[in-house]
Amino acid sequence: MRTPLYDTHVASNGRIVEFGGFELPVQYESTGIKAEHIAVRESVGMFDVSHMGEFLMSGPNAESELNYLVSNQIVGLPNGKVLYSLLCNESGGIVDDLLIYKRAENSYLIVVNAANIDKDFEWMKSHLRSGVKFENISQKIGQIAVQGPKAIDVIKRLFPDADTLHNYTFLETEFKGGWCVLSRTGYTGEDGFEVYVEADKVVDLWKLLIETGKPEGIIPCGLGARDTLRFEAGMPLYGHELRDNIPANEVGLNFAIKMDKGDFVGREAIANHTAAFCRRGIKLLGKGIAREGSPVYQGTRQIGLVSSGNFSVTNGVALAMVRVMKGIEGNVEVDVRGKRFPAEFVKLPFIAKQNNK
Amino acid sequence: MNIPSNLKYLPTHEWVLVEGSKAKVGISDFAQHALGDVVYISLPEVGDEVTADESFADIESVKAASEVFCPVSGTVTAINEDLDADAGLLNQDPYTNWIIEVEFSALSDKLVDAAQYEKICNEEK
Repeated sequence: MRTPLYDTHVASNGRIVEFGGFELPVQYESTGIKAEHIAVRESVGMFDVSHMGEFLMSGPNAESELNYLVSNQIVGLPNGKVLYSLLCNESGGIVDDLLIYKRAENSYLIVVNAANIDKDFEWMKSHLRSGVKFENISQKIGQIAVQGPKAIDVIKRLFPDADTLHNYTFLETEFKGGWCVLSRTGYTGEDGFEVYVEADKVVDLWKLLIETGKPEGIIPCGLGARDTLRFEAGMPLYGHELRDNIPANEVGLNFAIKMDKGDFVGREAIANHTAAFCRRGIKLLGKGIAREGSPVYQGTRQIGLVSSGNFSVTNGVALAMVRVMKGIEGNVEVDVRGKRFPAEFVKLPFIAKQNNK
Repeated sequence: MNIPSNLKYLPTHEWVLVEGSKAKVGISDFAQHALGDVVYISLPEVGDEVTADESFADIESVKAASEVFCPVSGTVTAINEDLDADAGLLNQDPYTNWIIEVEFSALSDKLVDAAQYEKICNEEK
């Protein structure tokens, strides 16, 4: 599949790859992953994230039904607030991670990962009981993420109310006469915004942002930089840190699992599962880069696997998120294509988060 | 794309410059471009034996890891230590920044000239 911005990316020399069923640019030829990464950390960059999925849920039972589906607590969530949550299966594994936007009482926008749109929609539909209208509007919505310390300067020229938004809040407005959601959220560890518009208006928004962001030097960024940025920020990526068969209480996201909120899908399995593994960060001490799937050792014992690994553009060292047994201390080794590199545990996130607006 | 005509190339995007009994080896502009931002290169040591068409180094870029194949067989007589300090030089100028120098005994029979190599690159685009 292609987003409405496909031709725009090709015209801008985007290097197109397949991701989650979509053809999207991994980087743009004139900049590259490193320059795009630095633009977001130091100024502002923009991403086509129209591949993400959007669902609407409303109706008299929407709050209680959604609260039964997801692991976080949505009862009491104020209107205009965004909440991160997991969607678990009955075995306590993770169907997806998602954002829940509370639009009004019993009315929600739910944003899910591109590769999981159909799976999530069918899963949620099959677990809904009654009194809920549930709709997949993914095809009708385009989304652009504007990220970086200067994102606010660009966005407020187009949306003067942007200044009123705190981190993880949103407002609904209009763009070119159509529905628009502006949220102060992102997947980079920086301050920034995600702008949802009707699919046939996303090309207009893209061009407008390129033009409006000129004083700040805004540049288009691809999936490569999106990955290196979220990685440094210690944010999990579905299919890597999170999977259907990884227990939800082993991934360092317990803040999004409210065991005392009442029953929800997966709660019982989670309650009965003592976490044996955890998600941690390591720093490689040699000149090698551990990639997903690299085994992690302590002595001769394998203690886990790398779930995401890369060179940290910000820190200038190779880092990795690993899924390892709980309670391991001291130095470890990572196997990179048959060669062992020493590594040490470091704190997640790898960078201090700036998005505390 | 820059493809100097005085060099010979492997279809796997390495170049070789023969100077008497020695050969300098590097990666092409096409290769550095495809790799993206290069971060590390694992180099062999002086005195190591290398074999034509076999991997002699790993390059790590922000995107992925890639092997570098050798256009000649022989003994490594020098390595470009600048690359050890800053492998990103391969992005800046992949032809000035050779990787190894080899006292060679044989050339790969897969080597092609610049015109043929350009065709290979165009087909891969």
